[in-house]
Amino acid sequence: MTPKLELNAVRKSFGPKKVLNGIDLAIQPGRSLVVIGGSGTGKSVMIKSVLGIVQPDSGSIRIDGEEVTGLRGKNRDAMLRKFGMLFQGGALFDSLKVWENVAFGLVQGRGMNRKDAREIAVEKIRAVGLSPDVGDLLPAELSGGMQKRVGLARAIAASPEIIFFDEPTTGLDPIMADVINDLIVKSVKQLGATALSITHDMASARKIADDVAMIYDGKIIWHGPVGDLDNSGNDYVDQFIHGRAEGPIGRI
Amino acid sequence: MTASTPDTSTFITAPFQLCRNTGAGLLGLFEKIGTLSLFALRAVAHCFLPRWFPAQFLRQLIDIGYYSLPVVGMTALFTGMVLALQSYTGFTRFNAESAIAGVVVLSVTRELAPVLAGLMVAGRVGAAIAAEIGTMRVTEQIDALTTLSVNPFKYLIAPRLMAGTLMLPLLVLIGDVIGVFGGYVVAIYKLGFSPNSYLSQTWDILETMDVVSGLVKAGAFGFIVALMGCYHGFNSARGAQGVGAATTNAVVSSSILILIFNYILTQVFFS
Ligand SMILES: Nc1ncnc2c1ncn2[C@@H]1O[C@H](COP(=O)(O)OP(=O)(O)OP(=O)(O)O)[C@@H](O)[C@H]1O
Ligand SMILES: [Mg+2]
Repeated sequence: MTPKLELNAVRKSFGPKKVLNGIDLAIQPGRSLVVIGGSGTGKSVMIKSVLGIVQPDSGSIRIDGEEVTGLRGKNRDAMLRKFGMLFQGGALFDSLKVWENVAFGLVQGRGMNRKDAREIAVEKIRAVGLSPDVGDLLPAELSGGMQKRVGLARAIAASPEIIFFDEPTTGLDPIMADVINDLIVKSVKQLGATALSITHDMASARKIADDVAMIYDGKIIWHGPVGDLDNSGNDYVDQFIHGRAEGPIGRI
Repeated sequence: MTASTPDTSTFITAPFQLCRNTGAGLLGLFEKIGTLSLFALRAVAHCFLPRWFPAQFLRQLIDIGYYSLPVVGMTALFTGMVLALQSYTGFTRFNAESAIAGVVVLSVTRELAPVLAGLMVAGRVGAAIAAEIGTMRVTEQIDALTTLSVNPFKYLIAPRLMAGTLMLPLLVLIGDVIGVFGGYVVAIYKLGFSPNSYLSQTWDILETMDVVSGLVKAGAFGFIVALMGCYHGFNSARGAQGVGAATTNAVVSSSILILIFNYILTQVFFS
């Protein structure tokens, strides 16, 4: 079966600094992959490369078997319509109300009328555990955790085929984190979407992952089903999932 | 090279170093002009190609035009007033009081209204554009736009460029009227001119070209202010410092470009 998303030998440097150093990764349709790895190892850069927000220096990125690096104009828009993305920092439009943020992709990206889009937005706002009157506030009036949930609602609003979650539970209390985990699982199951999530939160990883991949030093050093996580036989993975200071991953 | 003592070696390398620095500086400048021109071309192309975002455009018309009215109006009023006062003190020495009306109306329409309005708007609007777009850049809102299939050039930049280019001439036209009125008030109520002769002296000397050239300048300045705001904001470095630098650069560079293009356009119109 052709993978939904496939990265081959993707490299990216910023100046002299090599961030991605030959990433190979594939996700089958409908699967949920969680990428773990230390801070600053290039996880966010990796998903931004797929979306074309960051231009990779070399390598190939395929979606449904089609090369997407270097796509422009209409083709790129069509490609992007398959995606939903939760940004690490939320990236909500601060001049727009919460519901307009959630509905943005529907109204501006797909030309849906505002009334229908608003209904969907309110439904998604509810789904992430917020009350519908939050919809009329501005993002700046929300707490960090609430902003994260609005970002999540925006990511799933247009029922995308592939969803990227960049640290979906960071900054949430444990209960809300679990609500979000459930929601991610549900969205993936309901929409039949393929998901790629980045997290440091191992509880969350175990709950939402079908597969886990670990990134270290610009490469994927381990990739396997979540069930194998505890006996991966990989010292780096062991150190990371148990959060030990001592081990092969040096402290910088 | 014989670097026998540090002294002679600096003595020998200094001219090379100077050449190298000058060359690097010059190359850097050309590179900047190149990227800026590409950015400008791309931005202008997006003004003419669909899709358009009318709501964004309307918001910018109001932000850039309507809200700049008080600033531009005050600037024009006091400029007209001080022109009348200043030329009176000079011109009475030559018994040339009758030239005051002409000095006021020509200076205001040709030079002072467009340039001063341009500079005021650079401070007010250019800074705001750079800060807003820069913040959107560093908080990844621009990336988010892209992933939601909306081109930031069409959604953010084109509306600002069009609004800037359209609204500044309108502001300057209003500024022209207010500036001439300011001169009139001072001439009549302070310097004791007769209203009728002052007005007829104003009309006699004024030609269409004086106003039109000022409005064309204003359009160019409006474009410059919006472009520099967008360019520096869009390419803002990361962090709060990046946005701060973008804002400063937008204001400084648009002010300087306004003065340079003012000279060039004056040369084109009146020589
Ligand atoms: N636009 C950029 N310009 C320069 N360097 C960048 C840029 N984006 C990312 N980097 C660098 O690339 C490295 C990886 O960044 P990235 O944001 O992908 O880390 P991450 O793995 O997501 O970390 P975290 O878990 O803390 O979010 C960092 O060292 C960062 O400084
Ligand atoms: Mg990250």
